[in-house]
Amino acid sequence: MQQQPLDLAAIRARLAAESGPHYWRSLAELAETDEFQEFLRREFPRQASGWLGPVSRRTVLQMMAASLGLACLTACGQPSEKILPYVNQPPELVPGQPLFYATALTLGGVATGVLVESNMGRPTKIEGNPDHPASLGHTDALTQARILDLYDPDRSQTVLNAGEISRWESFLAALEPNLAGHRATGGRGLRLLTESVSSPTLLAQMATLQTTYPQARWYQYEPVNRDNVHAGSRLAFGTELNPVYRFENAAVVVSLDADFLQAMPGNVPYANHFIQRRDVTQGAHTMNRLYVIESTPTITGAMADHRRPLRAGQIEAVARSLAAALGVADVVSMPLPVDMPASWLAALVADLQRNRGTSLVLAGDNQPPVVHALCHAINETLGNIGHSVVLTDPVTRPAGQVADVRQLVAEMAAGQVTTLVIIDGNPVYTAPADLDFAAAMNKVPLRIHLGAYADETAFLCHWHLPAAHALESWSDARAFDGTISIMQPLIAPLYNGKSAHELLAALLGQPTLSAHGIVRQYWSTQHQGSDFDSWWQTTLHAGLIAGSTLPLRAVKVQATSYATTNPTGGSPDTGLEINFQPDRSVWDGRWNNNGWLQELPRPMTKLTWDNAALISPHTATRLGLQNEDEVELRLRGRTLRAPIWILPGQPQDAVTVHLGYGRTQVGKVGSGSGFDAYALRTSDSPWFSSGLEISRTGQHHALVTTQHHFNIEGRDLVQVATLADYQHNPSVIHKDEHPPSLYPAHPYPGYAWGMAINLNACIGCNACTMACQAENNSPIVGKEQVALGREMHWIRVDQYYEGNLDNPASYHQPVPCMHCENAPCEPVCPVEATVHDDEGLNTMVYNRCVGTRYCSNNCPYKVRRFNFLQYSDQNTISLRLERNPNVTIRQRGVMEKCTYCVQRISAGRIQAEKENRVLADGEVQTACQAVCPTNAIVFGNINDPNSAVAKLKAHPLNYGLLAELGTQPRTSYLARLRNPNPEMPTE
Amino acid sequence: MQGDRIQPIAPIEPVLKPGHTYASISDKISDIVVKRKTTLGWFLGFGIAFSLTMVLFASITYLFIKGVGIWGVDIPVAWGFAIINFVWWIGIGHAGTLISAFLLLMRQDWRTSINRFAEAMTLFAVACAGLFPILHLGRPWLFYWLIPYPNTMGLWPQFRSPLDWDFFAVSTYATVSLLFWYIGLIPDVASLRDRTEKRLPRLIFGIMALGWRGSAQHWHRFQMAYLLMAGLATPLVVSVHSIVSIDFAAAIIPGWHSTIFPPYFVIGAIFSGFAMVLTLAIPLRRFFGLQDFVTLRHINIMAKLLLLMGLGVSYGYLMELFMAWYSGDQFETYVSLNRLTGPYWPIFAGVIACNVLAPQLLWFPRVRTNTLALFGVALIVNVGMWLERFMIVVTSLHRDFLPSSWGMYRPTFWDWSTFLGTLGLFFTLFFLFVRVLPMIPMFEMRELLTHREGHTREEQQKLAVEPEGSVA
Repeated sequence: MQQQPLDLAAIRARLAAESGPHYWRSLAELAETDEFQEFLRREFPRQASGWLGPVSRRTVLQMMAASLGLACLTACGQPSEKILPYVNQPPELVPGQPLFYATALTLGGVATGVLVESNMGRPTKIEGNPDHPASLGHTDALTQARILDLYDPDRSQTVLNAGEISRWESFLAALEPNLAGHRATGGRGLRLLTESVSSPTLLAQMATLQTTYPQARWYQYEPVNRDNVHAGSRLAFGTELNPVYRFENAAVVVSLDADFLQAMPGNVPYANHFIQRRDVTQGAHTMNRLYVIESTPTITGAMADHRRPLRAGQIEAVARSLAAALGVADVVSMPLPVDMPASWLAALVADLQRNRGTSLVLAGDNQPPVVHALCHAINETLGNIGHSVVLTDPVTRPAGQVADVRQLVAEMAAGQVTTLVIIDGNPVYTAPADLDFAAAMNKVPLRIHLGAYADETAFLCHWHLPAAHALESWSDARAFDGTISIMQPLIAPLYNGKSAHELLAALLGQPTLSAHGIVRQYWSTQHQGSDFDSWWQTTLHAGLIAGSTLPLRAVKVQATSYATTNPTGGSPDTGLEINFQPDRSVWDGRWNNNGWLQELPRPMTKLTWDNAALISPHTATRLGLQNEDEVELRLRGRTLRAPIWILPGQPQDAVTVHLGYGRTQVGKVGSGSGFDAYALRTSDSPWFSSGLEISRTGQHHALVTTQHHFNIEGRDLVQVATLADYQHNPSVIHKDEHPPSLYPAHPYPGYAWGMAINLNACIGCNACTMACQAENNSPIVGKEQVALGREMHWIRVDQYYEGNLDNPASYHQPVPCMHCENAPCEPVCPVEATVHDDEGLNTMVYNRCVGTRYCSNNCPYKVRRFNFLQYSDQNTISLRLERNPNVTIRQRGVMEKCTYCVQRISAGRIQAEKENRVLADGEVQTACQAVCPTNAIVFGNINDPNSAVAKLKAHPLNYGLLAELGTQPRTSYLARLRNPNPEMPTE
Repeated sequence: MQGDRIQPIAPIEPVLKPGHTYASISDKISDIVVKRKTTLGWFLGFGIAFSLTMVLFASITYLFIKGVGIWGVDIPVAWGFAIINFVWWIGIGHAGTLISAFLLLMRQDWRTSINRFAEAMTLFAVACAGLFPILHLGRPWLFYWLIPYPNTMGLWPQFRSPLDWDFFAVSTYATVSLLFWYIGLIPDVASLRDRTEKRLPRLIFGIMALGWRGSAQHWHRFQMAYLLMAGLATPLVVSVHSIVSIDFAAAIIPGWHSTIFPPYFVIGAIFSGFAMVLTLAIPLRRFFGLQDFVTLRHINIMAKLLLLMGLGVSYGYLMELFMAWYSGDQFETYVSLNRLTGPYWPIFAGVIACNVLAPQLLWFPRVRTNTLALFGVALIVNVGMWLERFMIVVTSLHRDFLPSSWGMYRPTFWDWSTFLGTLGLFFTLFFLFVRVLPMIPMFEMRELLTHREGHTREEQQKLAVEPEGSVA
């Protein structure tokens, strides 16, 4: 502001004229310049003076109303289109009453049907859709964490043009001349790159695009793809097919590096069906038997009755031997690896032969096509096809995704691409290292990126468009078996994000079409019957299109196609092998900024916030490496620095690295975490490769785990028996009696809540931990705090090893609060902040807690969590929207722990009281119980002898953890059973 | 006041060097306060202590802003330095009460010259200790919820919780110690009032003296009150640390849940208290030239007591290990094994070296009367007793029942700064005390003189075969 010169003489005169003490701030004030008056007005706006006077009730109410109104305006609006609640459709929203909507979420293009809880227009919790085949009412940890994604404050919030904030309209205006050019040339130079796509609407749009721009090409690439599955079925059957496994029909399962319990489309129903065959609590006295041969420890391997660690490259040899032994014709055999005893394989073969038609051999997505082809041949030979495995047409558009991206890079490098549209995905980060995607892409004159984050790819694109979250936009997708769900939004896009449908419509010259219009329009053309509106409503309501499951294909294995394939395993017994795996939390890196997933202890390693180079204890000794030693991994001229983590059960001479870390353009949460394993991943060997060299750099990189001690120290914490012993004597396990007490037992005349956790059903997938975090507003604490042992998970999955270091058996044990009837935490609290209620819950009164932490010290199970600092983010607005309104946000200095989801119990009890009845069994489900894919967690009223939980507690396998202490835990465990093959040679 | 005083068999140092008169005692002690110039050494020591106190205040400020997460506490080790320091400081206080109250009732006249500063030590140690339970809270601003007071919530504290007993025990202890110390000060403060020439100190001493005129009635009531307070304070020597020990013993954690804890803690407390008295007495008599009043006899007796208590705690350690083995309880056994061989084995080794081995030197009279050596042993015991509390708190918690939740505890900068800060606070208060109040009770020393002269008279009377007379 230009200042006028001060008139000092006038100031003097004015001061002289004043009487009494007169205080002045500056010469400018004295001069009463216009600037000063302006400054005053700006600094102290007139409206603010309202607060200086007496505040009237009316003013306060006005301000409150205005604040509330403004606060609501910021984000949470109902989407403008009509969406349908799942169960009941009230005339209006009932405040405080959540509504559930059916929709679906995708990973790798494959959908899982979910019901999303909406509190006053805010989606807050994801549950499984019981009617959906990919869910059966349950979900996994990744799906649970999607709700946090929606509210991630680091999500891309605006259109960016060369890094500058712009608008969708500006983008359209800039796009138009380019499109005009493409229309003239038939789209020559126009390339689209998407992730795996199963959406019928998007496929239709792509088809339209192909007709509009015949020269345009559409490529698909995502780093964790199913190329091998498709190529394997092409090898075996001559056409790309999608195998769907039916574990409910399999008595013997052989997994060749397939982590079907966690990292495969359909993992939730697979786990459910697999565990159903192991359940002995419902009267059955038999179990299926699982053999796992795997290249890195997974939870599937942990469930195995027999497990062999082998390098990924050695598994083909096993598959060939297996096929040959089972009578598959013309198999070119390979020598068995030294770590695979022939007697082991013989016992497995005999077991398979005894179970023709009820066995299943499956290969992991990382195994080469020939292994998949061999599995198909084995299954056909054993008569399993049509029983334990069926085949359908592919769910996602089959494409050699690596070939696709290689082709795209070649075209870009050759200057043939003039417009590149990247829809979702982050190829600059995830593309194979040998292709140098970024350099090729930089030759494209117009690069457009639609994505949830302004990520590495967005950084190199001319235009970045914020993508709508799956819960913000309309779409559709197929499940692992082809079932189609229509995805409906729960909330209007928080940041005006656009969906792929809308971007494609813009490319087709219809930028005004909404995603809703596009999806609905597509289905109105597909719908055969008369009343589309009611079909549409029914479909949305149910969360899936009835009868849309892909039909089974009756195919035969082509006699010689797999046999003529020469062995591809190279020299499997020499040198170090590197094995790339998607991280079980952040996956391919897309959820790197999701704090819940970052802090979720990875199965088997319990690592959080980092990835590591996993090696076996034996290899570590040989190479002289310790945990957290930083090493340089060299593979064909590429190098990568990574910290070492020694993992029992890892194959010898194999290094497993997980993808998804070391991001450079990521939000606050993911920033600086881990190393980028893509740096070594090449297009010719995207999953494993031999010839790895390793050397210590002398540096250290701190890794943090939530569990430091995996030795059970000979304590009876996880009880394990074999099925044979159990059949012989059901009371096979050791039980500690409650020691006698001088005090009479406390009566619980009404409900008495209790929980039974079936260790025989628990697969250790972490879904319970994640669901609990989502339900109970548990904060994340960050790497440093986890390192200090201050993670806040109310239910943790403990893991113990048994046996030798190289191939130990491992057991998972979820540990929530035991709600002891004689809770040691209660008498030691000096302020009665933790007390029992009349239904037997050990409750935690946050308001009363002063934070002595004595309760935690005295808890033998160490399930209590303390807010050592202010962990809950109280400032980020978008995160406030995410929270469950029925659960308190905890202040620093307050103890917290599992409440058995007391808010759900209360809601259920209130409902039952309104209807003048008692709660039915299963009416109240805790979050961990609801999510559990295998129903390992059962909660209910133990006073009701007919309740599921009471029946489980009466089961001979039921035992109390540390029962000898006399705590009388309300949470009890059912022992784990193993079903070893008696013919198997002992190790 | 007649009694068959046991006469020393061997000629030993008297509790008061010969040649003193009433006047010389009063002069020598009161001059330190009212006449002697504040020395450079005092300023230096006070400066260091005061700086550390400022560190304490800074640490507390940061603690209140951020929360207890700035410390190394975690799950499973939810108690750390705060509780260790609390127990350590409370323990140190015990020797003061033992000397001033218990030995008063036992008519141990050697206590006289050391009881004032031992009691001041108690008071300041309790002040330091009392900070920790509050700082340690997750929400320290709500500490008063531990107090049973009528409130709108209609809630009482949990009377089953040892932490609540702790609150009563420590607050009672602090109150009684303060009163006892103050009552004992009254005649001396009156002397200072009469000897001070400056106006302000005279005013302050005058107010503190509560109108003491030294009349027979005053003396009579004073003696009665003092004796009663001693009677009140004596059980506290046993009760306070017993209750502190129950903070641990009432828990079910192996390594804590033990019936031996109350006596074991009391002995440990007196052990550390005597070590601290020696740590303070030896330099004090040196710097203020008080060798006449705090003689080698005092030093020797305290060294012997230190040895005795050292043997007591050694017995405690032995019994803990024995019971762990004898119980056959796998968790108890593991805790002991873990103390010996686990990651915190240096702590256990330190405890044994400092508390069991180092005091054995005190069997030798040469060590007991060599003030420098004794000072060293006392310092070692101070450290050892702190390590013992670390061992009890941390090694029991860090590996309890479920191996999956085992963890470690690593103190942070703020743990150390708070601990050192309370050392600063303690010494700041102590420096102020020796500067403004008589560190040795003048009137009781004068009584000693009376007794001694009485002795002489008694002996004369005995020689004259006269019947025994009153010596009061």
